Amino acid sequence: MSDPILSLTGVRADIDQYHILHGVDLQVPKGELTVLLGRNGAGKSTTLRTIMGLTTVTGGQVRFQGEDITGQPTPRIARKGIAFVPENMGIFSLLTVRENMVLAAVSGPMDEQRLNWIFELFPPMKKFWNRPAGNLSGGQKQMLAIARAVIEPRELLLVDEPTKGLAPAIINDLADAFEQLKQQQVSILLVEQNFNFSRRLGQSVAVMNDGGVVYAGQMAELADNEELQQELLGLGLGAHQ
Amino acid sequence: MMQRLLSGDYPRSRALTALLLIIGVSLALGPFLFPGVRAFSMLGMICVFIIVVASYDLMLGYTHIVSFAHTMFFGIGAYGVAMASDAFGSGYGALFIGIGGAMLLTILLSLLLGLLSLRVKAIFFALVTLAVAFAFLSLVTQLYNLTGGEDGLAMRVPRELGPAFRPFDEPWVGFDVVGFITGLFSAPAGAFQNALFDVRISGKHLMYYVAFVSAVLVFLFLLRMVNSPFGRVLQAIRENEFRAQALGYRTVFYRTAVVIVSALLATLAGVLFALINRYVNPENTLNFELMVFILLMCVIGGMGTLYGAVVGTAVFLLAQNYLQDLLKLLAGFTEPGSLLEHLVGPDRWLLWFGLLFVLSVYFFPTGIVGQLRLWAARRRQRRAGDSPLAEQGDQHHAS
Repeated sequence: MSDPILSLTGVRADIDQYHILHGVDLQVPKGELTVLLGRNGAGKSTTLRTIMGLTTVTGGQVRFQGEDITGQPTPRIARKGIAFVPENMGIFSLLTVRENMVLAAVSGPMDEQRLNWIFELFPPMKKFWNRPAGNLSGGQKQMLAIARAVIEPRELLLVDEPTKGLAPAIINDLADAFEQLKQQQVSILLVEQNFNFSRRLGQSVAVMNDGGVVYAGQMAELADNEELQQELLGLGLGAHQ
Repeated sequence: MMQRLLSGDYPRSRALTALLLIIGVSLALGPFLFPGVRAFSMLGMICVFIIVVASYDLMLGYTHIVSFAHTMFFGIGAYGVAMASDAFGSGYGALFIGIGGAMLLTILLSLLLGLLSLRVKAIFFALVTLAVAFAFLSLVTQLYNLTGGEDGLAMRVPRELGPAFRPFDEPWVGFDVVGFITGLFSAPAGAFQNALFDVRISGKHLMYYVAFVSAVLVFLFLLRMVNSPFGRVLQAIRENEFRAQALGYRTVFYRTAVVIVSALLATLAGVLFALINRYVNPENTLNFELMVFILLMCVIGGMGTLYGAVVGTAVFLLAQNYLQDLLKLLAGFTEPGSLLEHLVGPDRWLLWFGLLFVLSVYFFPTGIVGQLRLWAARRRQRRAGDSPLAEQGDQHHAS
């Protein structure tokens, strides 16, 4: 494994009086797609929010590119090159697609070439360029959310359940987009429930349960080991295929 | 030229454009189109309140910060110059000391409020601002020696801006539009001649144009601001503050900046108010009723549109000033002593005033501007053959 771009050691986090993360240890290798799996309520989304500084860390350390970013304000973390696509996508629905993209290009005007690449990746973005983003369909909103995250080159993408509630055809499109991002050596941490989608894309994998990481390794190993899947995720893949 | 002046944010509705042109021309040539003291003072108030309401819209409509302390800043401006003129006389020096002091106090207080908005959100922030505004009101009422208490202060304005200043010996000619139109019905032959009237230019007119030009400049400045990258971040904060943070925007900075800019503009409006009205008291600057009126003007015009501030202010003040006359006119047609006469009697004007606003909020939830734009957008869509892909107005490409 190459040097991790992001590493969490013993990270603990609370939401109100509830302890959500009880010491998460997680390594995201540089230039790879890492999938974070786990049941509902295992703490996957909270882990992403904690990395972004949206949840207060009560213990442990988050390091990004070797630098300690624990407890830093969210905007500063974002400016270091981490883009976050939250589960609810966070589209600014009254603004147009264009305005959403302009906002995401924090360091200056959008790069024409990169924009064209995004249009190729997600053709609906071009089609609805001047339309309010609130009028987009669920899948298109997800595309916009991801497009917004990659409008400028980032070191690391955090994506929370992009396939949730989407039609299989659109999930396929998203998978293609992630494949392209992988080829560009973008490091990605992807939270997923859809194991087939994860297996297709993931290079490394971590499984969470009850606020901690219970397994970390290569996706290929987990994919081949049905017993382990059964144990970690409680799923017989047969039922899901 | 127009594109740059309006920062690419066009009215996007023909009816709205017409309405704005009417308001614009009426204000620009106001003293020469509408005779009488009452019309003149209303025109001045429209200019002043366009600034107040537009700056309030920057907070309420564009950033969703609900503050009830806007009249406090308005009052700081008005009292600032009034107190300075009380203490140092009517020269320009006193005026600028007053403006400077008011601006400093405003920056300080709005900075505190802006930082406070981090800790307390939404309705709680609104309540805190309300408490601050009331505290300020009672402070002004009780510091009798400084502020004149309930009696208020008479403002001594520089000579050039007062009624005593007469730059021209000869009167100018005005044309009474309303008189001309009514004249067309009663005496068509002499309607044009009868509509002409003398305008004796005085410092009051100069002051009116200071207020008018200020209103135009502030409006264009705000239009520029909300259509700049800064303004887009404000709208992003309005919709989803966490998301804006996760994109890398320090929303603290933006929220505080908006509160300060908006408060400073309210202070400026307060200064203009004191200069036009030449009398300042808690009733006409700091009252809670005034705050509600500002909120209403903003909502009736259409929140988050800025054009709404212009339309809302004009419509509201027009109704406030002339509804009573309209009712008097209507009552003339009814049978004396009947129930109908009681209902439309001029004393009932507040009832109709209230009803008018309940109805307008009910039927135009997005305000006059929002509704006109919606109709225009629908018409455009129909013309484009119901195609869901019809472009909505601007044709910008990647920039």
